[in-house]
Amino acid sequence: MTNLLEVKDLTVVYKRAFKNFEAVNNVSFNVNRKDYLCVIGNNGSGKSSLMKAILGFVPISSGFVNFNIKKRDISYMPQTNGINSDFPADVREIVLSGTQKSRKRFFFYNKQDLKNAEKIFISLGLIDLKKRSFFQLSVGQQQRVLLARALINKPRIIFLDEPCSGLDESTCNQFYDILENLCKQEAASIVMISHDSSQIQRYATHVLYLNKKTLFYGSVNDWILKKQNVKCIH
Amino acid sequence: MADISFAAIALALNLQLPPTIVCIPVAILCSFLIIHLSQNGKMHGDISIGVFSTGALAVGAMISSMSKRFNTDIYSYMFGSVLAIDDVDIAITITLSLIILVLFLIFYNRFFLITSDETFAKISGINVMFYNFLISFMTALTVVTGMRVVGTLLISSLTIFPALIAKKISRNFKSLVFFSVIISSICFILGMIISFSLNTPTGASIVIANILILCLVLIFEKKI
Ligand SMILES: Nc1ncnc2c1ncn2[C@@H]1O[C@H](COP(=O)(O)OP(=O)(O)OP(=O)(O)O)[C@@H](O)[C@H]1O
Ligand SMILES: [Mg+2]
Repeated sequence: MTNLLEVKDLTVVYKRAFKNFEAVNNVSFNVNRKDYLCVIGNNGSGKSSLMKAILGFVPISSGFVNFNIKKRDISYMPQTNGINSDFPADVREIVLSGTQKSRKRFFFYNKQDLKNAEKIFISLGLIDLKKRSFFQLSVGQQQRVLLARALINKPRIIFLDEPCSGLDESTCNQFYDILENLCKQEAASIVMISHDSSQIQRYATHVLYLNKKTLFYGSVNDWILKKQNVKCIH
Repeated sequence: MADISFAAIALALNLQLPPTIVCIPVAILCSFLIIHLSQNGKMHGDISIGVFSTGALAVGAMISSMSKRFNTDIYSYMFGSVLAIDDVDIAITITLSLIILVLFLIFYNRFFLITSDETFAKISGINVMFYNFLISFMTALTVVTGMRVVGTLLISSLTIFPALIAKKISRNFKSLVFFSVIISSICFILGMIISFSLNTPTGASIVIANILILCLVLIFEKKI
């Protein structure tokens, strides 16, 4: 099965006190193996809402979401880090907590987990930080820790909500390289919300352009062509 | 939770039943109710706890005022008294402590994940609701366990203070747990010594010991 995720006619409506608010309207797309989908759009265009609805954090008003993989193969890195501020935890503990995917592993972490953690510390440059307290790290370092947590269990599909906000350019490029590696070598799929258009042209395979509704959905080449056409007209 | 236990104790004393045994199911039931209300978003967690605890305190006071005979007994439950503990209490305390300890060890990593980042726990396919229930179940057990010694009025500070102090000096979750245990043990012994030598109520003495240590830590605050 190469199709991992099917989203059809998804609509998300937030129930507010006096008036309901529609954040996502009739969005459909598919994610296949090794796809690298970038979701773009202005602030408030419903990108995060779409992602949360797919992951089940906000209720779906109509349409459906269908995963063809197990839940433990899904990973997520939120836009705002959800770690309880003021919760004492070090980097190692947080990264290791990413291994507890609905498996019966609540007793102790096993050797394989520890090995995976070491590997991911090396690839994300966290070796020197692993004993540090999470809240004493800089925002960029925290982002790297959260990515490590999201990746440690070798997910088959990973959702990232603006992973590069707050990162410097070189760290950001490192980030993208790691993701691309994951996509190509481990055959994982990536769904990323991003504002970085140079990144899209370099790494993405598909683009979804949102403004409540789908303004564009297709391969990245079509997207580049379309953008060039728009430029020519102007 | 403590206030709910207080109401339960008052009820039990009125009905002439062993208070601890009435307390356990009542406290557990109410803790589940609180979680349920806050999970459904009907009431914010802290608010629902406030509503429940003051409500229960009121109920407890009503019940205890209706029967004049048990006022001294209620007093010992409110402020705690080591000397009032009997064999049944000791047996119950040991059993409950063991249950809490074993549950905590088994689910240590799960608790870490759920308390550090609930959203990520949900995404990991973990039944967050179940573990929240488990946590509140264990809290209820802890409250009932400590109640006899420290009293219903002060049990919440007994559970909060050691963690608060430990948080000041720990860098990670493991040391938080470790220091909490150490600190609460030290404070307990210290409190007992104060209590015996000055003839003060046990619970109050333990809380005073906690406050002393908290002050020390605040003065010499240095992350280890
Ligand atoms: N919990 C909520 N309740 C009500 N309305 C919400 C809620 N979350 C988001 N919205 C509204 O839905 C719209 C879309 O929000 P969303 O967070 O999906 O935007 P976004 O595309 O991710 O924006 P950004 O680029 O700033 O992250 C916004 O107008 C926002 O006000
Ligand atoms: Mg967003």
